[in-house]
Amino acid sequence: MAVVTPPAKPLTAVLIGNPNTGKSTLFSALSGFHALTGNFPGVTVEKKIGRMKCGDSTVDLVDLPGTYSLAPRTLDEMVAVNVLLGRQADVGTPDVVICIVDASNIERNLYLVSQVLDLALPVVVVLNMADVAAGHGIKIDEHALSQRLGLPVLKTEAHRRRGIEPLREMIVNAAATRPASRPSVFPLVFTAECEKLNEWLTQRGHTDTPPYLLERLLLDVGGYVESHLMQHDLKSYLADARHRLAEQGCKVPAAEARLRYAWVKQVLDGVVVKPVSRAATFSDKVDSYLTHRYVGMLFFVVLMFAMFQAIYTWAKPLMDLCKEAQAWVADSVGGLLPLGMVHSLVVDGVIAGMGAVLIFLPQIVILFLFIALLEDCGYMARAAFLVDRLMTKVGLSGKSFVPLMSSFACAVPGIMATRVIENRRDRMTTILVAPLMSCSARQPVYFLLATAFFPATAYLGGWIELPSIVMFAMTFLGAAVAVPIAWLLKNTWFKGETPPFVMELPSYKWPSPRVVFSRVYDRSKAFVVRAGTLILATSVLVWWAGYFPGDHSRVDALELEIEKLSGTAADDVQQSARLAQLTHEQNVLRSELLEHSLLGRFGKTIEPIVKPLGWDWRIGVATVASFPAREVIIGTLGTIYSLGEGVEAEDKSLTEEIQDATWPDGRKVYNIPVAVSIMVFFALCAQCASTLMVIRRETNSWLYAAFTFVYMTTLAYLGALAAYQIGIRLN
Amino acid sequence: MKTLDALKQGDRARIVEISGDDAVAVRLMEMGLIEGEEIEHLGAAPLGDPVEFLIRGYRLSLRIAEARRVQVQ
Repeated sequence: MAVVTPPAKPLTAVLIGNPNTGKSTLFSALSGFHALTGNFPGVTVEKKIGRMKCGDSTVDLVDLPGTYSLAPRTLDEMVAVNVLLGRQADVGTPDVVICIVDASNIERNLYLVSQVLDLALPVVVVLNMADVAAGHGIKIDEHALSQRLGLPVLKTEAHRRRGIEPLREMIVNAAATRPASRPSVFPLVFTAECEKLNEWLTQRGHTDTPPYLLERLLLDVGGYVESHLMQHDLKSYLADARHRLAEQGCKVPAAEARLRYAWVKQVLDGVVVKPVSRAATFSDKVDSYLTHRYVGMLFFVVLMFAMFQAIYTWAKPLMDLCKEAQAWVADSVGGLLPLGMVHSLVVDGVIAGMGAVLIFLPQIVILFLFIALLEDCGYMARAAFLVDRLMTKVGLSGKSFVPLMSSFACAVPGIMATRVIENRRDRMTTILVAPLMSCSARQPVYFLLATAFFPATAYLGGWIELPSIVMFAMTFLGAAVAVPIAWLLKNTWFKGETPPFVMELPSYKWPSPRVVFSRVYDRSKAFVVRAGTLILATSVLVWWAGYFPGDHSRVDALELEIEKLSGTAADDVQQSARLAQLTHEQNVLRSELLEHSLLGRFGKTIEPIVKPLGWDWRIGVATVASFPAREVIIGTLGTIYSLGEGVEAEDKSLTEEIQDATWPDGRKVYNIPVAVSIMVFFALCAQCASTLMVIRRETNSWLYAAFTFVYMTTLAYLGALAAYQIGIRLN
Repeated sequence: MKTLDALKQGDRARIVEISGDDAVAVRLMEMGLIEGEEIEHLGAAPLGDPVEFLIRGYRLSLRIAEARRVQVQ
């Protein structure tokens, strides 16, 4: 009889290492593409869990964000420590820790390993990028290193998938071992102080403090553990303890780095042989151009322009394809349903809502392709290096540049790109001002109004026309406003000491297709799934407000008649006249229905609010309806001015309609101040459900999404008010 | 005492001390800027700040304000 053993519980392995060690490449080589990504609860730290099989064992692989040190100052940094200590409830207690080390930069990388060893967990050390190290002429004796450390050590080249199979076995084997006890890198006075602190804490009810946290309490002046342990006289106790340590020659925090690096030197002595003088590598030569004062800057500007242009132009045909696909789906699904409420809900609510989500996909994919390539090849750090000086003027750092630049095409991928900014305050400020950058969805509004109300006066010998200047000014209005807003945020809400910009400039390498692919895939999927559902809900809500209450039977009947007429082959003058008449009647009916719908009534109610901006209720309604997605305004204006749906900004008749629109007393509604007021409103307002959902997702909090909505809408109203009131006085 | 920001391109110096015990000082030490270590100025960004250094065989970018915290000789 066969003995059936129950399947063993999956092991938990935690992957930790410095940035730029090829950690993501190793993670995907070990676990394949099927990783679950999300956020750790309550923080902005990405949680990535993959699963790998080795023989009979299943291992859950937890990927921690790249870090140089395990000395937490913020809640975000504390997550990694909590995961390693088994205190993070949503991942299992670690059975083994995989420390990935850049073999070409082993000295600095072993600093983190030294901290991980203090956690007393089974550890496997992976010397990745062994080929790069060999290229630098660095020779590492891995067996000697393994003996010195008392740990399994393995050389890998993750991007070539070399050493992956032996590593899997090593991980499973190490999980079954007990960690060897090892001497502390700290002197006896320090370990004695740790014990004393533990007693002191135990007496005050804090039992079972992990030894690593006792160390951190003594070492991290103003660190996270110290500020979040609820014990009123802890600060003064620690000050005394640190004073005692300093008197005995163990001054914190300097002692930690000094002792750990001394340990590293000792471990590596005789194990690593480095060439006497560091030969200039290919990467160094490339770098001498790419960070050059003129050549480097020129390359950067050209690259940014190319990226921007690609998001703009490559995405266009794909977005048109999305639109066509949406129209096709709407037609085919709509054809199956009888005309009426359900038909309208499905076509104008659900399908239109899904279209509003999918339309962003091409831009997200293209931008992330660029960002993943730049990040993985090592250029991203150089980009931050080149423009840091400019960004410090508003209190941000060079790392905010690419996300903000990308937001000119679309804020959604721009906000998702802020993950490269490790400082939370900088990241939040960048996220909050990113939607002010003029995205491509604002262009149709600018185009419509600028061409309709500004004469095509030519300047510079016909090179530039007035409408183009207006469009250009509108495009940069948001960025100009973002400067004081970012400054204000950094000096109020996100006030704090300037975060260090101490940053490694990694060696250049060829990007790994697996990493690039999985990064683009993860972010696109996250957007569609998480943000998509809520955007859909918002679209349906606006549809509902525009549809009810009202009797749509006459419109539907007309639709049937129009379809029947246009379906027949006969093509005489009489028939086309009849068709035009029916279409006109249907459009008038539609605009009347909209006028009497909840949305229309709402527009009339808010007319007193929008009147100071020079707007009538129609503009008010169109603006309100375009809060889920600003580009909707063209279609809504089309419906209001009885042009039917599917209007384009370039449409002559819409231009004429708005030029002719009048108030009840016969005055023209639109003039230059009104046009400017609308454009300013659209430039500054948060009319994009997708952006707000992405802010909520990336910050893990509704607060930031709500704040963005409120501050931008307020700014937009005040800006539009100023534009109109100043405009009519000048006119 | 000379600080790191005073170095010119191509200059080498030995680290003496990092002043302060705030986040910047701790980060500098964690990155391997320890007394006795040799550091080389590789060049500045186009706008003069930050500056690129070579330490422990890797390239490190520091803002001038941060480099000023490092005493060298």
